[in-house]
Amino acid sequence: MLPRPTSHSKALGPGVAGPELAVATSAVLDRPPQSCAHLPLTGAQPCVVDPAVLADPRQHTKYPYVTGTSVLAIKYRDGVLIGCDTLGAYGSTKRYKSTQRIYRVNSKCVVAAGGEVSDFQYISNLLDELATDDFRTDDGIELTPQEVYSYLCRVMYNRRNKFDPLWNSLVVGGVEKGGQSFLGMVGMIGTHYTDSHVTTGFANQLARPLFRERQSDDMSEEDAMHLMYDSLKVCYYRDKVSINKFQVAKVTGEGVSISEPFALDMRWDYKLFAAPTKWAVGAW
Amino acid sequence: MSGIGTGYDLSSTTYSPDGKIFQTEYAQKAVDNSGTVLGLRCKDGVVLACEKLVLSKLLVEGSNRRVHNIDRHVGVAAAGLAPDGRMVANRACEEAASYKRVYGEPISGHVLAERIGSYVHMFNLYWSLRPYGATMLMAVYDKNGPALYGIDPSGSSLRYYGTAVGKARQAAKNEIEKLKLSEMSAREAVMEAVRILHKVHDEDGKKFELEVSWICDESGKEHRRVPAELLDEAERRAKAAMEESDMWVVAGRGGS
Repeated sequence: MLPRPTSHSKALGPGVAGPELAVATSAVLDRPPQSCAHLPLTGAQPCVVDPAVLADPRQHTKYPYVTGTSVLAIKYRDGVLIGCDTLGAYGSTKRYKSTQRIYRVNSKCVVAAGGEVSDFQYISNLLDELATDDFRTDDGIELTPQEVYSYLCRVMYNRRNKFDPLWNSLVVGGVEKGGQSFLGMVGMIGTHYTDSHVTTGFANQLARPLFRERQSDDMSEEDAMHLMYDSLKVCYYRDKVSINKFQVAKVTGEGVSISEPFALDMRWDYKLFAAPTKWAVGAW
Repeated sequence: MSGIGTGYDLSSTTYSPDGKIFQTEYAQKAVDNSGTVLGLRCKDGVVLACEKLVLSKLLVEGSNRRVHNIDRHVGVAAAGLAPDGRMVANRACEEAASYKRVYGEPISGHVLAERIGSYVHMFNLYWSLRPYGATMLMAVYDKNGPALYGIDPSGSSLRYYGTAVGKARQAAKNEIEKLKLSEMSAREAVMEAVRILHKVHDEDGKKFELEVSWICDESGKEHRRVPAELLDEAERRAKAAMEESDMWVVAGRGGS
């Protein structure tokens, strides 16, 4: 029988009389201690970029291709609400109309993203690996939203330093152990902040004013949902690259629920919409 | 010190004249002298149960975990030397994680069982290593359904409907053979597993603790320890069954 490699581990390479892992040779003992508690078991290295990629200027991420638009998030009495549409746009083309841009990390935390969809899928995989490592430890402890937020800050900033960013604006939301809600934003260059209401993309200009006026940390769920719907509507009206198909995630002390995609009632019979170019000089 | 394998049992790279590798056999003995671990594959899942002998009153209950989560859909119970079991479980974790990273989907049971079998077998090949003194009972629920695998220190990985390893394995296996596993739900299998462990436990020995885990439709197809109320209920029923059978024995003696 030919020896078959059973895994992608170096330990079973050819010509090894015994695995590197089990034998306590001086090479193993004298190695400097490598802290890898922050790295998932699979060996995924989120902040490492292949040097060959960097040398070739065509291989940095220079532009995003399939993108998601704004994400809106608010705190309310029982937890946080995070809403966004389900569009993966290819430039101006509304190409993928059923992308879920909200990812459930664990029973306390949710991450949503605007920007490059493939980079968000990569980030979701990283978080899934970390969450599975938590599951394996089986001590009832899960990553808290604050920890996910800090982790993503470091990943985004490190990738930015290597000139190969993950082209996303991330929103991290959830409920901490003591019951307080958490909401944070991490940008593609590592910019980050936490607040009672957080938005990315166009929603910064469109939804923020509404949030400033109407959001408060102890608002009821009904008020919060109405505020969220109103803001999603504004974003759909005014953002060219968005569709009338939204998902809202609710994170409370009881857990995470991500709604099925839904549409909101939109009106296009406003008088000003009927003759949009009437007052716009030079429009056609 | 002369024993059965004198002269041929010093290294795992030496065969005996009758074709045995004694080091592997001795590793098996390490498993045979440890607490009983049994696994049952039922209609909608797999149940693993470990009898942990309480070595000292000073030990905190629930420490000395013998059941490990390998991935969400896989769990193992280790019989034999606990640290050896943990090493093999760690390796299984890495294999499952690496498979998921490369192929994008959770590892299938037969693939993982074969990989762990090959890994454990490797320790029987080299003079510089000793075989693992642990048998892993692996419970997995993948797209092919629930399955129970047993990987012993020689590296052979076999698939079972139900099996037991450790001190009282023969008595436990006799009990398991009486069960109709293919018609049982996972809940019922938990009751049966606890009842069997109570029955075959050596009464003159020390007190023991149970660690029972399951993976089934009811647990969301994720491997986890059974809920505390289910375990308590199972223990109560098992103790009641023991008392009943004791009463019969006493009655029988009195009557004749």
